[in-house]
Amino acid sequence: MFADKDVLTITDFSREALERLFEETDVILNALTSGKKLDALNGYIMATAFFEPSTRTKMSFQTAMLRLGGACVDLPPEEISSRAKGESLADTIRMLDSYADVIVIRHRLEGAAKFAAEIAEHPVINGGDGTRDHPTQTMIDLYTIKRAHGSIDGLTVGVLGDLKYGRAARSFILGLSIFKPKKIYLISPPQLSCRPEVLHFLEEKGICYEEASTVTKVLPELDVLYVTRIQRERFPDPVEYEKVRGSYVVNELLLKSAKENLAVLHPLPRVDELAYSLDQTSHAWYFKQAYFGVPVRMALLKLILKG
Amino acid sequence: MEKELKVSKIRNGTVIDHIDAGRALHVLNILGLNGSEGLTIAVVMNVPSSKLGRKDIVKIEGVELRQDQVSKIALIAPSATINIIKDYEVAEKVKVRVPPVIEGLLKCANPNCITNQPREPVKPRFIVRSLRPLRMFCSFCGVELSQEDVIQQLTKGG
Ligand SMILES: [Zn+2]
Repeated sequence: MFADKDVLTITDFSREALERLFEETDVILNALTSGKKLDALNGYIMATAFFEPSTRTKMSFQTAMLRLGGACVDLPPEEISSRAKGESLADTIRMLDSYADVIVIRHRLEGAAKFAAEIAEHPVINGGDGTRDHPTQTMIDLYTIKRAHGSIDGLTVGVLGDLKYGRAARSFILGLSIFKPKKIYLISPPQLSCRPEVLHFLEEKGICYEEASTVTKVLPELDVLYVTRIQRERFPDPVEYEKVRGSYVVNELLLKSAKENLAVLHPLPRVDELAYSLDQTSHAWYFKQAYFGVPVRMALLKLILKG
Repeated sequence: MEKELKVSKIRNGTVIDHIDAGRALHVLNILGLNGSEGLTIAVVMNVPSSKLGRKDIVKIEGVELRQDQVSKIALIAPSATINIIKDYEVAEKVKVRVPPVIEGLLKCANPNCITNQPREPVKPRFIVRSLRPLRMFCSFCGVELSQEDVIQQLTKGG
């Protein structure tokens, strides 16, 4: 199901594959928490090529590889800047492919990971490209929901924030459609609403969804609230940004009307869309979600490299 | 069909039949013809058709189409048939075909797509999802290319 497979977009994975990944993650988490040393990937090398700055995703992949006894090589910033002077992505990928057993790439351009996968003989993992895909983040998000609620089926899920340009949100919405949620609320300012192609996809999959411009009204129905950042740069007019940002802040006051077991997720880092006062509540699943980043990626690397 | 018969037959050349109504001029544009070449060209537009409701027909004296031209015509007139005429007779009849994957003919509409990077050795590639309406998606970034985009790209500069 995973052996030698590229990880480019979440919809390339079936429900069965994701469930297999979650099982493997459970096993790895148990080993990690009991302090057991793992060495399944001893002798394997992972190359990371992050053409866009990222701390969490890159470190999480590197930690995952090291925790399984593998080794990492990283394309250094000088190399990334030298590429700006002329070397093509294709040539860089060929070089990494000759060094490593698996390549993780993050790139500003859409389709970069797919392109890399066509060049490389070794499997390529998309660590985020452009405004579209971030499949490993979605795997972590779905695993977190499964831990919070036992299942993804039958849940009402709200996705809040920049649904147009935010790749974590877009990827998450597509990922939900692999399961059978009861309903998805797509909550965003109108200028950042979900793209038509994603809505078509949900329709084709028979997923019940509704677009909403505020979270207040739908909140009492939600089992999961997935919060993402609204970036100031998306608004040509700063006044417009100041007007909308307040309506998308999730705080304790807002959560007064929430179900007791509402799980709040966030791909992090956050700015001010998620109040610190939530951190101590039982709704706060985002730190666990961040914690699951390493074990889910460990499970993924192991399944890809060892089958 | 009677209206069609009013247009005189050609001796040697090509008849493109079953073009979507209103797109005959796009077909001429794709072929790089505007009348100044001196060729005998007949354009029949919006005639009744049992298959399409209405259709356009183009007849060109003395010209045979190249394969790349046929591929392009397929993208704007997916039901078209191409008749090669020799001595007033149909010597060969080919139905155009839109392949499931289109490589190299069209550009992705997404400026942030990897296929729009001049330095990268990559040919744009589209996966055709449906013919009527024509829907295709970039194989790399997933962005849809509409029928209007396709017509615009294929006829630009005409
Ligand atoms: Zn594209």
